[in-house]
Amino acid sequence: MSLDRTAVAKIAKLARLKMEPERLDAMTSELNSILSFVEELQAVNTDNIPPMTSVMPMKLRQREDEVTDGGKPEAVLKNAPQRQGDFYTVPKVVE
Amino acid sequence: MTVDPASLTIAGALEGLAKKDFTSVELTQASIEAMQAAKPLNAMITETPEKALEMAKASDARRAAGKAGLLEGIPLAIKDLFCTEGVLTTAASHILDGFKPAYESTATANLWQAGAVMLGKLNLDEFAMGSSNETSYYGPAINPWRAQDGTRLVPGGSSGGSAAAVAAGFALGATGTDTGGSIRQPASLCGITGIKPTYGRVSRWGIVAFASSLDQAGPMTRSVRDSALMLQAMAGFDPKDSTSVDTPVPDYTASLEAGVKGLRIGIPREYRMDGMNPEILALWEQGKQWLKDAGAEIVDIHLPHTHYALAAYYIVAPAEASSNLARYDGVRYGLRVPGKDLIEMYENTRGEGFGREVQRRIMIGTYVLSAGYYDAYYTKAQRVRTLIKKDFEQAFQRVDAILTPTAPNTAFPLGAKTDDPITMYLNDVFTVPVNLAGLPGMSLPAGLSADGLPWGLQLIGRPFDEATLLRVGRTVEKAANFTAKPTAWWRS
Repeated sequence: MSLDRTAVAKIAKLARLKMEPERLDAMTSELNSILSFVEELQAVNTDNIPPMTSVMPMKLRQREDEVTDGGKPEAVLKNAPQRQGDFYTVPKVVE
Repeated sequence: MTVDPASLTIAGALEGLAKKDFTSVELTQASIEAMQAAKPLNAMITETPEKALEMAKASDARRAAGKAGLLEGIPLAIKDLFCTEGVLTTAASHILDGFKPAYESTATANLWQAGAVMLGKLNLDEFAMGSSNETSYYGPAINPWRAQDGTRLVPGGSSGGSAAAVAAGFALGATGTDTGGSIRQPASLCGITGIKPTYGRVSRWGIVAFASSLDQAGPMTRSVRDSALMLQAMAGFDPKDSTSVDTPVPDYTASLEAGVKGLRIGIPREYRMDGMNPEILALWEQGKQWLKDAGAEIVDIHLPHTHYALAAYYIVAPAEASSNLARYDGVRYGLRVPGKDLIEMYENTRGEGFGREVQRRIMIGTYVLSAGYYDAYYTKAQRVRTLIKKDFEQAFQRVDAILTPTAPNTAFPLGAKTDDPITMYLNDVFTVPVNLAGLPGMSLPAGLSADGLPWGLQLIGRPFDEATLLRVGRTVEKAANFTAKPTAWWRS
């Protein structure tokens, strides 16, 4: 399987990465070289082999649904680009 | 008294502190001076000398009050992938500009709880993606070992700053993280010891995520005993990490000198690859002989799917990375590059904030997880991963540990492998299978190349059997007697 420039531009769009036209050409050849490298996996017989879901045999733990932390507005707002009182202000992200 | 951190191990420094040969403030001051004299190595992103001296002072007070912890007064440097409260944490990426976490990672909190002192934050490949520390937004870290003609070499990666700091001697130990070899490969290229513990042994909470099913943090030090001590402090169950395993942490130093008599050491034939450097093949043979001489039984083993590990890794790791890095959008913290609308702001921020290698991996990950390709790439890779893990499970029915080379080469010049991503990826060919199977692995300095650069050997252990790994490692360490040190050219 080989990707063309249009396909790579679409992946960049999906990944929300701005890519200049000249970078797009280089990226296309880099991705194709990586994809042709991973192509060798197709040679492995994986019939009846389950895909790995957890590398150590473990069950995800569950805990009581209760508040265990909080009440730290200053800590939460420490990296906020802007704030109003105890509220984070960000660009509008929902229409 | 004057104290030289470059001539000490953690264990040696703990003795000196206990005997009052020097204080933690004196040791820390000397380490800070050595760190500042090592600027040409570009091993640090952020130095925290005031914080270090404050912590050292508090440590001396605890020691005087008879409350010394396991690492009381020991100056360490922290890979800049661990969140440190109130201290800039960058992951060596432009996109985390100005990010000062309001919390401390569990692994580093455990070190401070044990009495250790923080010198600062270490350079690394951006988001730990790289094998040479050349993808860092803050420029490459430089290996303290130089070529004979003085050419500057990479320290390996992604924990390149960590390996450089420990090899240069200004930090007695450093934290690293290892997703595909990022502790073991730089340890090998810089002539130091490093352990990637079993997946789930050290908490991942508060460590910037790269590939969550593969990432593990561990120690990088100048001796096996030091790695045992640091791992002792870092390891343990953490309810804040959903994949942390609730199993007791044994006393790693207790069995360190027990030797290898009666242990069975596996040698996987698949790790002997075409075109391998004859020096590392000879050293691997030497390693077998050392263990045999110490009473171990050498067993030939078969890990048939080894050849496919790297390809599986370069699907699974980018897939997880593309999801983990989706959070960096310019909205809540770090870099924001404006755009005419929201989507353009995302694209501008991520286009400018991520470097080339990170973008490549996000692109691959996005592609292999996209509709129509998911099964052909991602599910296939996870099936191959199951086979790789099975290979190891079968081998460990017959052996107690496995001996292999760590990396296929010694340290290489800057820029030597940056043109083709695959050439760089091949540096991790011996380390990647261990992450895919979640096993503990360590690298030990075993000898010097003809041109005077360190080579490492890797030991692989059973899940949660770091104690045996350290014990075998100690035997190899004694036999190898690796005492070579780089000349301190960076000080001039």
